[in-house]
Amino acid sequence: MTLAISDIAKNYGRFPALKSVSLFAEDGEFLALLGPSGSGKTTLLRVIAGLEVPDSGTIQFRGENLLAKPVRERNIGFVFQHYALFRHMTAAQNIAFGLRAKPRSTRPPEAAIRSKVDELLSLVQLEGLGARYPAQLSGGQRQRVALARALAIEPRILLLDEPFGALDAKVRRGLRRWLRDLHERTGLTTIFVTHDQEEALELADRVALLKDGALEQMGTPEELYHSPESAFVFEFLGDCIKLPCIVEGGIAIVSGAGVPIVGARPPQNGPATAHIRPDAFNVTVGGGQGLSARVRNVLLAGPDARIECVLDSGDAIEVRIAHENADRIAPRDRVTLAPRAVRVWQSSSIA
Amino acid sequence: MKQNQARRDPPWLVAALIAVGVAYLAILLLLPLVTVFAEALRRGFSYYLGAIREHDALAAMRLTLLVAAIAVPLNTVFGLAAAWTVTKFDFFGKSALVTLIDIPFSISPVISGLVYVLLYGANGWFGPLLDKLGIQVIFNVTGIVLATTLVTLPFVARELIPLMQAQGSDEEAAAATLGAGLWRTLFFVTLPNVKWALMYGVLLCTARSMGEFGAVAVVSGHIRGQTATMPLHVEILYNEYAYVAAFAVASLLALFALVTLAVKTLLEARFGDELAAQRWR
Repeated sequence: MTLAISDIAKNYGRFPALKSVSLFAEDGEFLALLGPSGSGKTTLLRVIAGLEVPDSGTIQFRGENLLAKPVRERNIGFVFQHYALFRHMTAAQNIAFGLRAKPRSTRPPEAAIRSKVDELLSLVQLEGLGARYPAQLSGGQRQRVALARALAIEPRILLLDEPFGALDAKVRRGLRRWLRDLHERTGLTTIFVTHDQEEALELADRVALLKDGALEQMGTPEELYHSPESAFVFEFLGDCIKLPCIVEGGIAIVSGAGVPIVGARPPQNGPATAHIRPDAFNVTVGGGQGLSARVRNVLLAGPDARIECVLDSGDAIEVRIAHENADRIAPRDRVTLAPRAVRVWQSSSIA
Repeated sequence: MKQNQARRDPPWLVAALIAVGVAYLAILLLLPLVTVFAEALRRGFSYYLGAIREHDALAAMRLTLLVAAIAVPLNTVFGLAAAWTVTKFDFFGKSALVTLIDIPFSISPVISGLVYVLLYGANGWFGPLLDKLGIQVIFNVTGIVLATTLVTLPFVARELIPLMQAQGSDEEAAAATLGAGLWRTLFFVTLPNVKWALMYGVLLCTARSMGEFGAVAVVSGHIRGQTATMPLHVEILYNEYAYVAAFAVASLLALFALVTLAVKTLLEARFGDELAAQRWR
């Protein structure tokens, strides 16, 4: 275990930002801290960097107590959400800052600093832009300067706060893949904060999902997506349709039809809420076993066909099916929606 | 740029507004300024030179420059420290500190002077103690420096605090994660980011410290050639009906102010692009 975080708690006045969070990162791992805003993910990142002091708990890095060191001695690279580039310095000067700030005994000679800066500029694909000021660079370029600046000090851990948050969707996708490549090349233990579940699932080796300052679940993207331990995890990682059901003898009865329950089985029989992904329905025209509904609209643009329906209860839901199954469905048709499987948790954390 | 007809104001309104503005400035600002120079030069240039080369006038100039040379650096260091403290840290009593900094702006300078008389004067709280130690504050240069420093205290801090608050402390945090210590962060990150605001603050502080009258008048004692700063010297000459000499010294003070203004304008023109770049975020 490279980085071990144990029982970290932090309060801002009476507001608990972190409530006893424990997690770990292996050497070279790419870890995502995922959660809605206010879940404490950025606070945790700042605690690791030393920019915030926790009220209690410990952080060990390779057996050494990290909390005992001030920020500037931790040797942890930090990329800020809005980059925090030094605005009066050129990109090259920004990148060289950490090297020039080293004590005289460990500071590399000026020529070595220059060649290191050139090397980093080419690593982040900004050759020839070293003389530009931050104001003269695009958002994506600024972000890469910030990354090069953090990498210049050869950090032991790299921390990224919402690395793609301030970029538009297209640049974001490109940078995401590029960052993953960079991580594979450098092998640096990296932790990044995001509120975007797609980003976390696509990039990270493991994802820590936080909620209200506590760790909700931690695991690989597959584990989180396919074996969510709570309704919150299931709902945060994708679209979710909630339907009332009755649990009876290990299956859920939804609108009179029995549906198998996947995942943890609720211990009690009785009324409960079934959670279903929009793509886990069979849709048939006409009557049958399941929820009867009227089709309001069929949306055919996109990877799946999306069927907007109104249930007999009056609730509107949107389900997704393959395009070839959508050909025979038209607006105003009566259809039957049959969930293939549902998940039921004893107490749903989101009402 | 071609203007939209609908958005253009009627010409008479534009003319009237400009006329009001110009007249207001002319009557309140320009006319007195012109009068100062006209009065000063009424008896010719050689008389003017004689008046400002007179022994007591030179002493007043030296004293004024000395006071500014002490008060301005003091308030620059204090202003920086206060702005840094207020904007980069959270602590109990922060808003009280900000309010305290503003006090010299809101109270009459005469009160600032009287406070020092009350504290350090012969019959003041610390008067007897200081007397025993052989230190004289009131009716002395020390008192003038103290009063001037108090009155000009907010200028640098007031220029810096809003800017540093807007800039936040992310760059300082970034410097810390990159291994920079306090001094390196201060000289390579914080100061370059606020250098223009700092310069404005210092210029305003200088102008005011040379022109301060009220507070200085109370503590100085008006001893000609010893504790009379330029504004006090002007008053002394005026009260002695030496109008031309009074205006001559006054014109020098006005000139100081004009030079300060010119330097500020020049800096803005010369480094306008850099200023704009700094406001990028």
